Amino acid sequence: MAILVVAEHTNAALAPATLNTVAAAQAIGGDIHVLVAGAACGAAAEAAGKIAGVSKVLVADNAAFAHQLPENVAPLIAELGAGYSHILAAATSNGKNILPRVAAQLDVDQISEIVAVESADTFKRPIYAGNAIATVQSSAAVKVITVRATGFDPVAAEGGSAAVEAVSAGADAGTSAFVGEELAKSDRPELTAAKIVVSGGRGMQNGDNFKHLYALADKLGAAVGASRAAVDAGFVPNDMQVGQTGKIVAPQLYIAVGISGAIQHLAGMKDSKVIVAINKDEEAPIFQVADYGLVADLFEAVPELEKLV
Amino acid sequence: MKVLVAVKRVVDYNVKVRVKADNSGVDLANVKMSMNPFCEIAVEEAVRLKEKGVASEIVVVAIGPTAAQEQLRTALALGADRAILVESGDELNSLAVAKLLKAVVEKEQPQLVILGKQAIDSDNNQTGQMLGALTGFAQGTFASKVEVAGDKVNVTREIDGGLQTVALNLPAIVTTDLRLNEPRYASLPNIMKAKKKPLEVVTPDALGVSTASTVKTLKVEAPAARSAGIKVKSVAELVEKLKNEAKVI
Repeated sequence: MAILVVAEHTNAALAPATLNTVAAAQAIGGDIHVLVAGAACGAAAEAAGKIAGVSKVLVADNAAFAHQLPENVAPLIAELGAGYSHILAAATSNGKNILPRVAAQLDVDQISEIVAVESADTFKRPIYAGNAIATVQSSAAVKVITVRATGFDPVAAEGGSAAVEAVSAGADAGTSAFVGEELAKSDRPELTAAKIVVSGGRGMQNGDNFKHLYALADKLGAAVGASRAAVDAGFVPNDMQVGQTGKIVAPQLYIAVGISGAIQHLAGMKDSKVIVAINKDEEAPIFQVADYGLVADLFEAVPELEKLV
Repeated sequence: MKVLVAVKRVVDYNVKVRVKADNSGVDLANVKMSMNPFCEIAVEEAVRLKEKGVASEIVVVAIGPTAAQEQLRTALALGADRAILVESGDELNSLAVAKLLKAVVEKEQPQLVILGKQAIDSDNNQTGQMLGALTGFAQGTFASKVEVAGDKVNVTREIDGGLQTVALNLPAIVTTDLRLNEPRYASLPNIMKAKKKPLEVVTPDALGVSTASTVKTLKVEAPAARSAGIKVKSVAELVEKLKNEAKVI
């Protein structure tokens, strides 16, 4: 049995979520191969070869894969992956974009966002925004799976010495083209990788007030997130959303400020080690999951917190 | 240009679902059902394209039980021109749904197919991408902006860390994210008018599609509960606890 892990990377570097995906592959058990599909992605491939527990790295270096367009990448993964027992990718926006296309091409169902491996064919995944956990069993010849990073502790990025093999497959399907991207530039850590996350909700009242959270985050070396309510209200962009339909985070410390605690938000952060809630409504559901709750006006509490930490 | 919109009947967004005592699934008896919120955004986007003169006809399709006609009527009230129900009482996986949609696409020949990025019941986030693979169409998933220009559609996508814009040849598939638009409410006169719009019912068999699945659900459980901690009296006490008790700062 061999498992193909599709690497999440930026061509120049491997994304941390790849390490959690390899951890899920280890829980399934078998030979683990990592596919790095990209353009001028030698550095990412080299990093993949060092991951503990990986026995082979396949590198598909082709201009058509530069921006991970699913029309080009999915046929490659389907072709290479057909001989494997499992194909795994991180449940990032990129993994979610590409892998269902691979599954359909292989005529198998996909299992989305697993959080635990029960056996080689049985997995647990959240449904109904995390209100229920389903245990599902797959009889597919190739099991195509996306992995929620917070369900698996990452394997070591160093220590392996896998053989790196070039594959020449791949072509431009010619149906799509990359136009451009605007990536939020920030000196703060990435939301899903941060040790501390400070998030704001509707209680922030407007986007400008998030400056209080940015100041606190900078003092703590934290990332800044938001609830769906804050995103819906237009306070901050969607890429800051923590929740079932946004990003799933599990930092050491999660500070929820002015967040009521809707189930869809809790689904995105309840695996955090320590949760702090600051809210003036003492009945807010967020207090039911918080380790430390402070009933206070956030506009007084947050600046004071910033001073004291 | 003809636009096909797929909608799903799901548990209403505001309902807190409960797992059944026998762990066979969640309890859907007497629970309010609605159109999946991401599908509402899909319908709204199609209606806006029609209002701009880009779309000439909007066909809305649902795959589900007889009662899914309610959600199709809602879409018709919001501005869709006609509806198709692929009637199936079984709970279908995304691949089966994508195969049924492909059959509808072949019949209707739309230039653009708009779907929600995921349904809030199964949370799969698969159908649009799978339909892309089956039809060979390009896909613009998690869209926050859709602009049709000639024989292409430019889609701005919500990706980790920001936004990405891709240009797709038509016909193409778009799946909606939250910020694409704010869906309107149906007016009473439009709800009345929607009752007279055509709604066709077909079966998976008639479309020649097998809905067999390779995945079965063994059990459904409530998530592990996280117990509430303590309330602190002041910011100073909070900082003290975080430093000395939790040791996280």
